[in-house]
Formats: sequence, structure tokens, C-alpha cells
Amino acid sequence: MSWFTKKKIPLGKSERRGGVPEGLFLKCEGCGEMVYAAEFEANWRVCKKCGKHHTMPARRRIMLLIDEGSFEEADADMQAVDVLKFKDTKRYRDRIKSAQKESGEMDAIVCGNGNLDGYPVEIAAFEFGFMGGSMGAVVGEKITRTIERAVNNRAAVIIVSCSGGARMQEGAFSLMQMAKTSAALAELEEAGLPYLSVLAHPTAGGVTASFAMLGDVIIAEPDALICFAGPRVIEQTIRQKLPEGFQKSEFLVEHGFVDIIVKRDELKASIASLLRHMGTKMARRVSPANA
Amino acid sequence: MNAGILDFERKILELETKLDELRSLSKLQDTDFSSEIRKMHKKLNTLKRDTFSKLNRWQRTQLARHPARPYALDYIREIVPDFIELHGDRAFGDGPSIVAGFGTMDERSVMFIGIHKGRDVKEKMYRNFGMPHPEGYRKALRCMRLAEKFGHPIITLLDTPGAYPGIGAEERGQAEAIAHNLKDMASITVPIISVVTGEGGSGGALALGVGNRVLMLENSVYSVISPEGCAAILWKDQTKVEEAAEAMALTSRDMHANGLVDEVVREPVGGAHRDPVLAAHILRRALRRNLVELERLSKGELVKQRRAKFRKMGTFMEQPA
Ligand SMILES: [Zn+2]
Repeated sequence: MSWFTKKKIPLGKSERRGGVPEGLFLKCEGCGEMVYAAEFEANWRVCKKCGKHHTMPARRRIMLLIDEGSFEEADADMQAVDVLKFKDTKRYRDRIKSAQKESGEMDAIVCGNGNLDGYPVEIAAFEFGFMGGSMGAVVGEKITRTIERAVNNRAAVIIVSCSGGARMQEGAFSLMQMAKTSAALAELEEAGLPYLSVLAHPTAGGVTASFAMLGDVIIAEPDALICFAGPRVIEQTIRQKLPEGFQKSEFLVEHGFVDIIVKRDELKASIASLLRHMGTKMARRVSPANA
Repeated sequence: MNAGILDFERKILELETKLDELRSLSKLQDTDFSSEIRKMHKKLNTLKRDTFSKLNRWQRTQLARHPARPYALDYIREIVPDFIELHGDRAFGDGPSIVAGFGTMDERSVMFIGIHKGRDVKEKMYRNFGMPHPEGYRKALRCMRLAEKFGHPIITLLDTPGAYPGIGAEERGQAEAIAHNLKDMASITVPIISVVTGEGGSGGALALGVGNRVLMLENSVYSVISPEGCAAILWKDQTKVEEAAEAMALTSRDMHANGLVDEVVREPVGGAHRDPVLAAHILRRALRRNLVELERLSKGELVKQRRAKFRKMGTFMEQPA
């Protein structure tokens, strides 16, 4: 699912790793306007005209949230294993390879520690460009380790979810990652450390039905699809059209499952102000690099 | 047993009918057919063994969904005849796809929680075909807490196509209900044994499946998505169910070989539906054995063992290839 006409963006290494492509125009998925790519990136991939929040690569997300120069990546080399020798119309092994090439990432998540406005945090950000941000054993393991490091280092956990759910090609191994990550969060809770769950468009299936919905505070980006079952599955089951705005961020706030909707350019400040109240058991804040 | 005969069952049932006929004939005519009967009996047993040892994963899935298969309440009533059912999540509703309540097993109180599909049309509707709503999962967690309060073990029986994908379910937080159970089950201080009795339908089953021991009945399946769903998404062709079932390695034997469940519980030849009472007895024996082992662990050890078990699940590479 790519929000932009792909041919117009030659995916150079620097761009894949979160750099800025130059001299290109992109078409907004929200309003259809052509926007200047550099300006669009500078605005964190939010359309200035209509406010549409476009999918953001994991590393850009980390740049958005983590103080400059403070990010240390963890488990950067971890890769998926094709345990089931899974083959549908394509071999899983080949899917992994092409996803790595396309996204520039080893799997669907980037994790590490850093400071957020000086607060020590362990962050995990999904890479939607890698097989739709699907959760297999690598994603589950890296999230679990992120939580465990937070317990050891007395840091806050921030997970930015953006995922279609469990990765079918790893069968029940994927399913069990839901239990594994959720159990780790029970330990974080016992340690009295905060977990902020940020939900970007889209967050679905086994990701929603595990750690994504377990935040002490749950923040959603505007107009994000957040669901257990996807709209298409539901429409097929109940054989009727779904109401406008169903399963969108605003709908989840209305039904009591999301705390706040925060625009991308305010996300860092909002998390920082929450951590001010939630950090009683956390290691000390360092003076913010950009203060 | 005329409802929903599966293709691979037909030959066996035909032979069984013939055998019955021969037996009654020998009684009526007072002739000695004993050698023919013996031969046919032998043939039948070979046929059964052959058929059921060679089932492919899609056939196994069909057996797991067999319309005559015993459901949660069939097992529960057989194992704990004094079962007393409790209702409601104390917030919104009852969620009748899930049943929960106390029963006595070997003079100890046990909390039984099961996903129940329902037998006839009316009950199937009432049980929503075993596809729980959030309130079912919340009721289950409330009852687990209740068992924990009084120090009683918990046995969960998993048999669902999946958590219900509907408007109300989403409005009332299907994802939150499942997630909440996964996290809280990791912290419960009494023994939990989970058994996949039929269909282990993804997160909707796992939401009751975080046990110290996870067992699967021989002909049950456990998967991240149904073969139909997997075929539709990955093959973009709903008819590729056999391929999808094969690829996902969803049978009890696969799950055990992959280290994702602890034990496979034998079923009567031909499947649990051929002898539900015997199936329940075999299950009871397995439950009893596991309970006795788990009851030796302290509260802290139970939590630690359960968390450590799921912590290990998942294969990956740490070095660049
Ligand atoms: Zn726009």
C-alpha cells in the first residue's frame, strides 16, 4: 500500500533510510494536490493543504520523536527465518528479500533507545513498507526486547504501530508474538514504567489486539484506521456497508479506546508532557539536547 | 451421525453399516457369519487407521470443524457434572459464545472456561457460532480473576473460527478485550491449562490460550488465520484452501513439532465425534495429570513458567546472512 505514485520516486539508499528526495512532486493521497517532495518531507509527510497524515518510514518516525544524536539502534541485524518454508504465489524467502530491498530495512520494525525531550525512552517504530508492517517473530522479539530493556534501564516504552497485523507466512509463530509481547508489558507494569502506544494509519489485527491497545496512554494520529477486523472482512461478514468514519481514530476516541488524537507535528511535545506525569519510576531526565 | 458426513468418512460409514447388517442378519437367520464378520471388522479397522493417519491438513481442519464434534459444554458436562455456569462481564453483557463456571474435578474446584459453538440452529445463533464478542472475553477474564481469588486452577477450552468481526464487536473494543486477556493471563497466579478442542481461530482463541500448559486434541487445528482467509489474501483465490492449510502447518502434530504447544491429546479413532464420552475421558486424564504437576508450583513459579514459555516462541537470525 503506497500512498504515492511509486515511479516518481527512485528509491535511493538515502531516501530509504529517511533522507529527503529532491526535486520531485508527489500527489497527496488525501486531496490529490501535487506537493513539492522536499517540503512534504520537511512537514513530516503531512499535507499542508488537507492535513492528511501519510505513512512514515520507521527512521523518519524516530527522527521526529528522538532528540538529535541520542538514538542508539538495537538488534539492527535481526532477520526473519522462513521456518515453515512457506510458499504462496511467491516464496516467503523471496518476499523477505524483496521487502528488504524495497524498504532498506531488515524487517518491519526499527528499535532502540534515545532521549525524548531528555526523557530516557526505548522506542519501537513500525516500517509499513516492509510487508505491510506485519508482525512475525522478528517484530515480536524486537518489541519484547525493547520492553525488557526499558525495565532494565528504567526507561519509558514508546511503540509507534503501523501494521496490517500478524504475518501469515510465519503461521502460528506470528500468532504467539501477541502473547509474548503482551506478557512483557505485564513486567513493565510491575516495574511502574510508562508505555505510550502511538497508533498510525493503519493499525490492525494481531497488532491492535495485543501491545497496541495496551498503552497506559494511547495516542492516535488523525484519521487513522484502527481495528481488529478490517472493514472489508466485516462488510463481507455482515453483508452491509459500514458507516462513514467507522474504525477511524475519532471513532475510537468516541468509544473510549483511544485517549487522544495528536497531529504529527505536536506528537513529540505531547509525549514529553505526558512523561512529565508518568515518569516517577524512570531514570533521570537529561537536559534536552535541543533545549 | 447423519449430519455432515465428510468425504473421507463416507467409506468407513458404509462399511460400518454393512457390518451392522451382517451382525443382525446372523442373529436373525441363526447362521454363522462369524468369519465374515471378523474379516470385515479387520478391514474396517485397517481402513480407519489408513484414512485417519493419511489425512492432509485441510481434511484435518474439516475434522476440527466437524458438525458432530463435541463442543465445550459437551466436554465440561462430562468432566464436571456439577458445572455451575456464571454469566456476564459486569459491564455490557454476557457474551454467550463463551461459557464459564465452577465445577468439581477430583474433589478440587476448577474454573472451566470454553468457547461453545452451539449444536442446533437456534443454539448456534445464540452462541454466535462460537465467535465471541468482547464481553465474552471480558467475562472470561472476570471468571479467571475469580478463580485466582480462591486459588482454584483454570481450564480453558478453545474452539472458535475467530473473534467476531462485526460492528458492535469493534465498537466495544474487540482488540482491547483480546489484548487485555493476553496481558492479564500472563500474571494470573493459579495454574492455567488451555486446550484447543476444535478450531484454534487466531487471536480469538489465543485470548483464552495463555496457559502454563497448552494442549491440542489430535484433530484440532490452531492458526493465525483460517485457511480460507489465508487463501483469499495470499493466493487471492478462496479455493486454495488446501494449499493454505498445508503452508500454515496448523495441525496438532505441526504445532507440537514446532514447540508451540506442549502436548497432543489422543482422540478416539475417527475423531472425537465418533465417541464423545471416550474423548472426554481421555481429555480428563490428560488434564488431571497436568494439574497435579502444576499444583506443585508456587504462585510465583506459575507466573514465571507461563511467561518464560511464551517468551521463547519465535525463530529469527541475529547475524547478517
Ligand atoms: Zn492533501
